[in-house]
Amino acid sequence: MTHRTAIVAVLGLSLAAGTALAQSRGTVKIAYIDPLSGAFANVGDLGLKHYTFFADKLNAAGGVNGQKIEIVPLDNKVSPQESLIALKKAIDDGIRYITQGNSSGVALALTDAVEKHNARNKGKEILYINYAAVDPALTNDKCHYMHFRFDADADMKMQALTNYMSGRKEIKKVYLINQDYAFGKAVAAAANTMLKAKRPDVQVVGDELHPLGRVTDFSPYVAKIKAAGADSVITGNWGNDMSLLIKAAKDAGMELDWYTYYAGGLGSPTAIGQAGRDRVKQISEWHKNVPSPEMEALVAEYERRFNPPGATGTYNEYSFMRLKTAFEMVTRAMAEAKSNDPVKAAAKLSGMKHHTEFGEVQMRADNHQLLQPLYVSTMAAGLKYDIEKTGLGFRTDDRIEAKDTALPTTCKMNRIG
Amino acid sequence: MFDLIVLSVFNGLIYGLLLFMLSSGLTLIFSMMGVLNFAHASVYMAGAYFAYSLTPYLGFWGALIAAPFLAGLVGAAVERFGLRHVHGHGHVAELLFTFGLAYLIEEFVHLVWGRNPLDQRPPPLLDFPLFTFAGIDFPAFKVFMIVVALGMFVALWLILTRTRIGLIVQAALTHPHTVGNLGHDVPTVFTLVFATGSALAGLAGVMGGIHLVTNPGMAQALGPIVFVVIVVGGLGSLAGALIASILIGLLQTFAIAVDASLADFLRLFGLQVTRATPGWEVWSITLAQIGPMLPYLLLVLMLMLRPRGLLGSRDS
Amino acid sequence: MTAERRRALMPWGIFALVLVVLPHLPGFGSGYAVSLLSQMGIAVIFALSYNMLLGHTGLLSFGHAVYFGLGAFVAMHAVRWAAAGLWLPIPLVPLVGGLGGLFFAALLGWPSTRRAGTVFAMISLGIAEMVVALSYMIVSFFGGEEGINGDRTKAPSFLGFGFGPQIEVYYVIAAWCFASVAAMYAFTRTPVGRMCNAVRDNPERAEFVGYNPQVVRYVAFMAAGFFAGIAGGLNAINYEIVTAISVGAATSGAVLLMAFIGGVGHFVGPVLGAVAITYLQVSLSDFTHAWLLYFGLMFVLMVLFAPGGLAGLWFMHAPILRAGLGARLIGPYARAVGPALVLALGAIIAIEVNYRVSTRPDLGTAFEFAGIAFDASQPWVWLLAGSLAAAGFWGMRRGLGPAFERHASLMAEAKGGGAP
Repeated sequence: MTHRTAIVAVLGLSLAAGTALAQSRGTVKIAYIDPLSGAFANVGDLGLKHYTFFADKLNAAGGVNGQKIEIVPLDNKVSPQESLIALKKAIDDGIRYITQGNSSGVALALTDAVEKHNARNKGKEILYINYAAVDPALTNDKCHYMHFRFDADADMKMQALTNYMSGRKEIKKVYLINQDYAFGKAVAAAANTMLKAKRPDVQVVGDELHPLGRVTDFSPYVAKIKAAGADSVITGNWGNDMSLLIKAAKDAGMELDWYTYYAGGLGSPTAIGQAGRDRVKQISEWHKNVPSPEMEALVAEYERRFNPPGATGTYNEYSFMRLKTAFEMVTRAMAEAKSNDPVKAAAKLSGMKHHTEFGEVQMRADNHQLLQPLYVSTMAAGLKYDIEKTGLGFRTDDRIEAKDTALPTTCKMNRIG
Repeated sequence: MFDLIVLSVFNGLIYGLLLFMLSSGLTLIFSMMGVLNFAHASVYMAGAYFAYSLTPYLGFWGALIAAPFLAGLVGAAVERFGLRHVHGHGHVAELLFTFGLAYLIEEFVHLVWGRNPLDQRPPPLLDFPLFTFAGIDFPAFKVFMIVVALGMFVALWLILTRTRIGLIVQAALTHPHTVGNLGHDVPTVFTLVFATGSALAGLAGVMGGIHLVTNPGMAQALGPIVFVVIVVGGLGSLAGALIASILIGLLQTFAIAVDASLADFLRLFGLQVTRATPGWEVWSITLAQIGPMLPYLLLVLMLMLRPRGLLGSRDS
Repeated sequence: MTAERRRALMPWGIFALVLVVLPHLPGFGSGYAVSLLSQMGIAVIFALSYNMLLGHTGLLSFGHAVYFGLGAFVAMHAVRWAAAGLWLPIPLVPLVGGLGGLFFAALLGWPSTRRAGTVFAMISLGIAEMVVALSYMIVSFFGGEEGINGDRTKAPSFLGFGFGPQIEVYYVIAAWCFASVAAMYAFTRTPVGRMCNAVRDNPERAEFVGYNPQVVRYVAFMAAGFFAGIAGGLNAINYEIVTAISVGAATSGAVLLMAFIGGVGHFVGPVLGAVAITYLQVSLSDFTHAWLLYFGLMFVLMVLFAPGGLAGLWFMHAPILRAGLGARLIGPYARAVGPALVLALGAIIAIEVNYRVSTRPDLGTAFEFAGIAFDASQPWVWLLAGSLAAAGFWGMRRGLGPAFERHASLMAEAKGGGAP
């Protein structure tokens, strides 16, 4: 009797599962695999808003090759394992494009799984749009043909950052604090070697790795930075790990120069406030005060839409120029291929040159890393655009041309199709 | 070095006292009702969010009173309309009820306040560096937290030892059935204890929401560790909870501050451990990495060697 | 073969047949369905192994994922060795995972099982958190934040199968699922399995009969660890990645939910729970963003009103249905369930509107739900939700009493065989 119950239940529920399989046709689905819950939910939410924004604009203009773009959000809780579950779900739904950005740990797992899937399922290949995972390995040892990265990798950014630091003689003692995973380790390694080459006189007084997304109070770390006597901090921290670190340092009244990858948004400017003036620096592909009428209009449109009158909570800031580039280039590749098949689009995307308001960018054909101009900028007052209503914005210190960001690659990839 | 020790003691103390605010209520609930209340840390989170929403209307000081009160009401309702009905199905059902409740509270927070972290600032009155030590500012708000936590300890202790209701609660801790047989309304005492415990968690939330950051993950960050506190401190013992909280606070803070590994430790005894030594990976683990593990090691050892905890009156 | 024996074996035959045929039925062959069935198979083993502790031995564990996860890590290393040349075909990998789970259960089980009750529960929680912390420390075994991955197709092929396609993996899972369920069922019938129940119900008496309760608990713990390890090994093959999540609190919590929702008092309970919860986890999230909330609500309601789980509900009604009295339940049940549905509708409207407003403010307040246009800024939406909920609640309260009474009287009638 008992076993028969089980069987009936299996049958009944599975039948229901089968009927739930209604799939919509006639759209190009892009699976957005990023954290939508947990410690980094705000980061994933931000990227999703950007994608939604661009997809809606494109769909209003008729879509691509007569099909509309649909963004399918899948929560991965920044876990590599959950990401592969999400990827499997996307594959089962017949989705052929995926995008992800937050955490290189996730990206390494995803890119490996995508490569395996593509090798095992000819004709059902998946194209991976990486918009923010910047572990250099992704376009070097772990590269493959269907992975395209639209953000400069950790080494390229550190190259630009240390070039800038080499001209600043007031830097004597540097403290490195990073998240304990692939990306954080890559930042620390790059900072150590590049500083040694460009500024042998600078002393690295600390090289800390802390757990990813699990530290709630950074005060003990700040005490260590203080005890080490550092005058500058280099950190690749992002999301809450960035804003909490900077908040703890501010509460302790520390006067430090911050050389960061991601201090420009998601609560970090709010957390540090006026204390960050002329002290917080960022390396990025864009910031709001790079002059460009077209981009300024777009930013205004975005922020009007996501901050409707009467909305409470955090101000939704336009943040990723690279996401616009990625969206434009991928859809342009589809249009030029006259097909929404990812393999055909990939052939067009590989080596593609694209015009942006900030100069020409190019998807390197040898490792599928986008070359784009980079900016080193400093938090300052009295600028045209401030950030998170703090009265402070970013001011360009240095612009690095796209071609100057290129680094040698160890990537060997096999073309598909 | 001395500076770092003093700073770490201070940081550890603050973290420990935040833990105490959370665990004082839980230790009463657990020891009286035997319920492993998994939702306790969620009530702490709810307290932080209540304070966030009330501050624009009542100001910080109003929210400091109102948010714990609301949390206490939630606690009373949970006990009266939920837990009491599950009681008959046994401890596993009770525990699972609070387990589900923790889930529900987190989702409710998502529903009402969204998933993004919210920025809460200390009130202007407390938003200044009180004093500076070794070049590091000590915000007045952190000192305020210490005062509130210690004040809470004294007040609870007085209530438990000097008032009639406190004596009944104390008696119920050790002999719940006898107290019932003596004609006291044990169910109402339960509701009261649960509500008070929840209100204390709510108060901790008001503090923690400002000291750390108000986000939907704040319950999970502290959830399991409060169980460590109450077990290590001993069931029903306020003083035990205080000692265990501070112990764990210091343990975790010092683990981060000390850049030493097992290999360094062995070197003190003249044993040379290098990369070539078998098991280098284990020897090279730093104290900072072990930090998150230490409270749980303490928990397991305590349960195996002294199940009544530091100051407990009976076994868990 | 006697008729009785045939009757005992028939469910197993049907079970095996269903496992074999299921992916070939119309509607079940899609990638989605095969993936879902694979996950269900793994969950069934895992939940049943958990119930060896909770249901059969009375041990409430908050750390059962430790043995699932460690088994998965061991299995993933085995896959990598196999890819490097060790002769270990994929279908044998779960056994390696099971042995891994067994090894760690043997290691950690002795200190864990010295006592039952709350002490056991807290020790399991402590050990679980320690293993999670360790998993970030020892990178060569756990792979740190990234975990470890492997390629199942690089292992030696087995009977010509390469195990690239999901359907081949499904059959590995199905085979292990059948074998594990049968083995766990057999375990409950052995003297050791009976002693587990005795230790659960009355440890003093068990000791009096001559069994050391700790030894019995330890044996049950190791057996549970072994089967959890098998499930972990299957999970490693299925996803080709294992990270700290596998040993973490969320996984331990999920298996507790499955076992409890299914019903810990019956052998099939966890099977039902595993199938139902896996299905809900996968499919509910497609329908609504608020799925975790509904999930939590359902769980709390189950604990409050049906602590016996799904299996408990079934066994509450089986005698009535068997006695052919089911039709007489319909009326009173409808009068209770009808209003409950109205209450649920009101709650769902309120929740969905709220979610829409709090998570997607950019889309404005106007939207469509279930084909009806709503505007969250209009008070009538809230009024409607509120009055539906209130009316439903009122009706349900009136209906519940008679429904329970009818159930009790029919139960008595069914048991009494209709005799006065």
